[in-house]
Order: sequence, then C-alpha cells, then structure tokens
Amino acid sequence: MIKRSPLVLGNKTLKDVTDDICAPVERFPSKGWVALFLGAKTLLLFYICILGAVVGIGIGLLGVTHPVFWGTMIVTFVFWIGIGHAGTLISAVLFLFRQKWRTSVARTAEAMTVFAVMTAGLFPLLHTGRPWLDYWLFPYPNQRGPLWVNFRSPLLWDVFAVSTYATVSMVFWYIGLVPDFATIKDRAKNKIRKTVYGILSLGWRGTAKNWSHYEMLYLLLAGLSTPLVLSVHTIVSFDFAVSNLPGWHTTIFPPYFVAGAIFSGFAMVVTLMTLVRIGFKEFKDYVTLDHMEVMNKIIMTTGMIVGYAYASEFFIAWYSGNPYERFVFANRAFGPYGWAYWMMVSCNVLSPQVFWFKKMRRSIPVMFVVSIFVNIGMWFERFVITVTSLHRDFLPANWGMYQWSWFDTGVLVGSFGMFLTLFLLYLRLFPAISIAEVKPVLNVGYEDEGGHH
Amino acid sequence: MATQYTKGIAGIWDKESLILKAARKTRETGFTKFEAISPYAVHGMEEACGITRSWIPYVTFIAGLIGLLSGLALTYWTSAVDWAVNVGGKPFFSLPAFIPIIFELTILFAALSSVGALFYACKMPKIDPPIIDPDLSCHKFAIFIPYNDVGYDESKIEKMFKELGALEVKKTEY
Repeated sequence: MIKRSPLVLGNKTLKDVTDDICAPVERFPSKGWVALFLGAKTLLLFYICILGAVVGIGIGLLGVTHPVFWGTMIVTFVFWIGIGHAGTLISAVLFLFRQKWRTSVARTAEAMTVFAVMTAGLFPLLHTGRPWLDYWLFPYPNQRGPLWVNFRSPLLWDVFAVSTYATVSMVFWYIGLVPDFATIKDRAKNKIRKTVYGILSLGWRGTAKNWSHYEMLYLLLAGLSTPLVLSVHTIVSFDFAVSNLPGWHTTIFPPYFVAGAIFSGFAMVVTLMTLVRIGFKEFKDYVTLDHMEVMNKIIMTTGMIVGYAYASEFFIAWYSGNPYERFVFANRAFGPYGWAYWMMVSCNVLSPQVFWFKKMRRSIPVMFVVSIFVNIGMWFERFVITVTSLHRDFLPANWGMYQWSWFDTGVLVGSFGMFLTLFLLYLRLFPAISIAEVKPVLNVGYEDEGGHH
Repeated sequence: MATQYTKGIAGIWDKESLILKAARKTRETGFTKFEAISPYAVHGMEEACGITRSWIPYVTFIAGLIGLLSGLALTYWTSAVDWAVNVGGKPFFSLPAFIPIIFELTILFAALSSVGALFYACKMPKIDPPIIDPDLSCHKFAIFIPYNDVGYDESKIEKMFKELGALEVKKTEY
C-alpha cells in the first residue's frame, strides 16, 4: 500500500495546533509585518487619491477613448475576479472531492477570494463614470415608470453574479471562521480580545448537535459555491462573448475564462503562501512543500488548458473563413499590441512548463517567480482580449490605440494596495488556518493509534 | 436572546477515542438530553450520541426553489408585464437570457437561508453563554448531563464518568 505523506508535519498534538495557529493573532506584530503593512497602506492611500480624482474629475483621466472604451478598469476587474476563483475552488470544489490537503490552505485562499472580489467589485461601479447613480444597476421600483433594468444584458447578469458571489463567499468564509473565533475567545487573557472574538464567535459552543448541523451546512455551501463560481466567470466572459465584436464573439469564452481564472488564482495563492510561510514560521508545518507542489501541478495543468484555448482561438478564426475574425487574431499576435500578446503567451504557457520537474515544483524561489509571471501574464491576457479586439474592428476609419495614462498605472498598482492591506490585516486578526478543520486530519500519514479512521 | 441555562454535571476527557466511548455509554445508560462538546467535528460522534441527520438540506431545497421562482417572477413581470420594452426585437419574455438571473437568485436564497437555518438550529447568536472549560475549544472534550434528564443521579454519573476515564468531573451550568 502506498503510504500517505502527513498533511501536518512535526507530530503535533491538538494543543500545539491551537497554539501555533493562534500565535500570530495573539503576539505583537513582527517588524516585517509592520513594514509590509505600512507599505500596503501607503499604496492604499495613493489608490484612494487616484480614485478620488477619477471620480471627481472624470473617467477621461484614464486612457479610455475612441475606439477603446473598455480599458484598465475592466481589464483589472476581470483580473481580480479571476484571482478570487481559486479560493472558492480550494474551499468548495476540493472539499466536495474530499481532498484533505485543502484544509490548511482553504482559509487563506478564501480570504483571498473575499478581498479580491472586493477589489474587483469597485471597478465596474467606478467605470460607470457616475458611481453615485450605481443603484440604478438594481431592479427597484422607481418613479420613472417604473423603468426596469434590462435583464437581457450580460452586464446586468454580471451585477447579479458578482454580488451573489461576493455575498456567498463572504458567508462561507465567515461560517468557517466561527468555531475558530470561539477558540481565540476561550484562550483570550485580555478583556477586549475576549469581547471582540466573543461577538465574532456568535456564542458558538461546539456541541455534537451543533457540529452535526454545521458540517451539513458546510457541505451545502460547498455544493452551492461550486456551480456559483463556475457561473461567475462564465457570466464575466459573456460580457464579451455576447457582443458581436470579432475577438470577443466566441463560444470558447466561458470554459477558457474559468480555466484562466483558476490558473491565475492558484498563482496568487502560491505567491501569498510563499510569503506567509516566510513571515509566520509556525505555518510551515501546516502549509508544507507537498501542498505547494500540488498547487504547482494545478498551475501547470490549467496553464496548458489556457494555452490550448489560445491555440484553439486561432484555429477557429482561420477555420471560420470570416475575414474580420482572421484579421483580429493576426493583428493580436503581429499588430501594434503584439508585444502584449507574446508577453501573455510566454508568461502563461511557457513559464509554468518548468513544473514538469519535481525539483522545480518543490523549490520556493522558483515557484514564487513563476507565480509572479503568471499573475503578470494573466493581467495581460485580459488586456489583450479587451484592448486588441476593440482597437481595430470592422472599419479602418475606426482604428486607434488605447491612450494609457499614468492614472491607469495608478489604478492598477493602487488596487494591489487595497488587496494587500486587507490581506495583511486578515493575517494578523483572523486565524489564518482553520483550527477546527486541521485537527481531524492530524493523523493522516501517521500510524493510527486507535480504531478510528 | 434570553436563554435559560440549565444546571448539571460534566465530565472532561482529553482523548478523542475516550469521548466517543463515553458518549456511547452515556446514551446506552438512558440519558437523552446530554450534550457532547468537542473542539472539532469528531468523526463518529453522531452515531455515538444518536443524533439524526440534520434537517438543514430541506431548508436549502425549499429556499432554492423560492429563489428560482422569485427570479422567474421578477424577470417575467418586469420585462413582459409591468413595462415591456422592445429591446432589439427580442421577445418580451426572453427566458434564455433570464436564466443567469434566475440561477444566481436560486443560489443566493438557498445559501443565505441555510445559514439562517444553522443560526436557528444552534440558537445563535448567543451572548456570553457559560462554558464548562475554556480548553473545550482547544484540546479537551466533555459530556454534560442536565439535572432534568431521565435517571439523573449525581453520584452515579460521577462514578460512570470516572470509570470512563474522565480527567475531571464537575457540577456546572450549560
């Protein structure tokens, strides 16, 4: 029989697990954390200023102009929504598949989902140009008829998909946190901490009846989140695919976008996890090299699916016999934005190929660099799809270029400030590994001591 | 929320295998209102305590159905009845285009109602409920028998818990 390798290293007892995972919440923050937090927070302040200008002066500060009216905000929206998908994949889909290794990364991956969706959600709202009228996006009784929203529009589907996704993933994440908040409350020596975590734990006490309902709910939420996460990026791809523009109007978009989302999300999980392992030494026993290796395998697999989609798009463009379709793809690879296309291909298709080698899959510096490349590549993928399809369409009289301004850079870079600030706060304030979920898998890979399985 | 806490007796263990044995024994002795408290979901605890399958899935199903019908009603009524607007010559009731909305509302209703059901089932949120031992959310396990359970006898229960290897037996409130 093949021996399973342990999911948690170091022969931990139940008490050790609690102590290790609660430690970052209970001790004074390290210098490294404070430095990163100050950096991220400064970037967030910069972001707020940029967004203030974009809202106050107008969306014209960005490079959006004829014929490219979808730019950085839409590109970055799709990028961040995609990042979010890996979190749900790890927490819900792998849960349904009974992949026990997911337990120690699920919490952080899900936190990443919540923060990525929050970061993403701002963009379409601001991209309307008049965010103070954003409530028009929802169907509510009004005095204009009432004039209802157009339910036939993919943009409206997106409103429903993203808001449902944000709500459900936040609830799923919070429900997972409840028993761990109770643990921190019970350990707290300090009155404020006891009160705060006591409120957050909602009075959870962990009786067998409660656990029975809780486990059922967790399974149900996982079952609901799985089709939900697939629907969200499918609907995001409909924003493009339902239009008639060559380069957007393709049936491959939904699976292609979902695969790309998982790909980019796992890359972000690896980026963050390598850093968390450096920052919080005690987590190395929980998020082991085996975990990182499995995630790298997923990155390579989804990277090749994405590569296949790139190739398939070209083939279908040629096979369709449609001159506009053929032109768009030739223009994509060899036109003025060819550099972005080849950047995307080399980052997304070529760079993950190093993971064919076990040594590379298990090397922290290698995976960190590759995951950064994938993040860059996936941003460029959305840039290529959005901008290159728009900039040269049917009539040469309508051709033009995207007028990238430094506000575009500010929006893109600043969004990382928002994401990282939230993520760093999370690492300090919430148990970053699920305490109650890791305990039952402690014995995996060790000799069984009792008759239990 | 005003909840009455009941007095009773609790035994505390520090091994998963012992708590399972103790729960089974407690149930076999005839107690019905006892609670088994653990820091995580112990595999096999439901069988040991005789807990039946959770009823939350029924809530999920019905809420999902309500969400589906609400989505259908919302899209149909606004697009085809209340103020039908001709959009690109498409039918007023364009069902395929409404499916994403209907789907998202199904999921949203089902998920939020299930969470509501958990709150109801576990009587959450609860303000500052008494805890038998702070280690019960860390590495210890307990069984609590309330005073109003059938055949409640403190000395007998204490003896039984001790025989089952309890570290500690204490009179408490839960």
